[in-house]
Amino acid sequence: MRHTEICIVGGGPAGLTAALRAAALGAAVLLIDRNDYLGGQLIKQTHRFFGSKQQRASERGINIARELAYAVQEEEKITVLTEATALGYYKDGVVLVEQNEKIIKIKPKKLIVATGGAEKTLLFPNNDLPGVYGAGAVQTLVNVYGVKPGKRVLMVGAGNIGVIVSYQLLQAGVEVAGIVEAAPRIGAYWVHASKVVRAGVPIYTSHTIKRAWGESEVEGATIVQLDENWQPIEGTEKDFDVDVICLSVGLSPLTELLWQAGCKMEFVPELGGRVPVRNENLETSVPGIYVAGDVSGIEEASAAMMEGALAGLNAARALGYNAPDLLQRKAEILKELEGLRSGPVGEKIRTGLAKVTC
Amino acid sequence: MAGCSCKDKDVNIVCRCEDITIEEVRAYIDKGITDLEQLKRLLRVGMGPCQGRTCTPVIVREIAAATGKPVGEVPLTAFRPPTAPVKLGVLARGEEDD
Repeated sequence: MRHTEICIVGGGPAGLTAALRAAALGAAVLLIDRNDYLGGQLIKQTHRFFGSKQQRASERGINIARELAYAVQEEEKITVLTEATALGYYKDGVVLVEQNEKIIKIKPKKLIVATGGAEKTLLFPNNDLPGVYGAGAVQTLVNVYGVKPGKRVLMVGAGNIGVIVSYQLLQAGVEVAGIVEAAPRIGAYWVHASKVVRAGVPIYTSHTIKRAWGESEVEGATIVQLDENWQPIEGTEKDFDVDVICLSVGLSPLTELLWQAGCKMEFVPELGGRVPVRNENLETSVPGIYVAGDVSGIEEASAAMMEGALAGLNAARALGYNAPDLLQRKAEILKELEGLRSGPVGEKIRTGLAKVTC
Repeated sequence: MAGCSCKDKDVNIVCRCEDITIEEVRAYIDKGITDLEQLKRLLRVGMGPCQGRTCTPVIVREIAAATGKPVGEVPLTAFRPPTAPVKLGVLARGEEDD
């Protein structure tokens, strides 16, 4: 049994930031991640972030991942276990972990769950054909491994991920036949969407994929227009010759550990599914268990880093660690988060958070 | 592709791990089986390597539509460890002594 003050599950933007902030206050941290690298989804984000300077505007995700991972590895108070998968949380407060076919039991005083999210899928005929991918998988193939998924892609979903991955496919020399979005307007920031539009990629709003075609792999796709009740309008079908269909239809929070711990959960569609009820310290209904990043509601890497910072500070503070400017640090992060979630773009997140923050 | 010569299999997979189509799920829902736990036992949906991370939200929406219940009120299945596939031997060996 390994004892630690704070165990953090997940070494993405939220987990890494939480570890750094908690360790900076003096807490001993054990950070586990199932991959053989740290950084989570940041490592494939080759585009520049935008927003304010505190939000790391104009930096690329991959560089932020390197910087955070380096800082975490240099920090003496943080122990990192990679290729370590959390298998479960038990009532006695033990996290069961497998690393290199060995079992490790971790008993932390505080637990920060920063497990992120998983891609959602879509129902349509022939959705099992090779060539149907999640957008995240395509982004990994192209940006991490340098492998093209195919020659011509139909992207389903015009949120930030769909639009950014479309642009990165173009950069990799892959043709994007079009982007389909079921909603009447795109969900992505215009700063990203205008790049693909300028490159000549059509965006079909109020459209969905009707079916994929192909014998043993994707050879084409048919899309159809939707009416105001989201029902397909007959006769509006359009066919595309594509060998890849890329699904970017949202993420759902990876909450298994929270369910096992008995955290109170609520279904909040704005946040991607069932998410934990939390207080303003990001502590769940189970005292000592904190959440940060996509597991607490699907948002952006910038928000995940700020939530990580808050969760890290709060968990360390609950252990008795303090700093003269602790409250000021917290207030600054909260203000940045508020800024990030302000305006019409943040409305969905604000509505969602209002339902689960007590 | 109107007039496409390729075979139209129309396979609409909801659970990729266990190769279950949405039609199979709907057939059970039509018979009145609207409990996710029962569907899981009957069809094995959600029992594969991904442990329902892909199919559960989709099936829950189907159940909600069939029963008129809000999506958030459709009960999920129990979240038991292990959350990821692990070899029995690894578990059986247990934790090595420090």
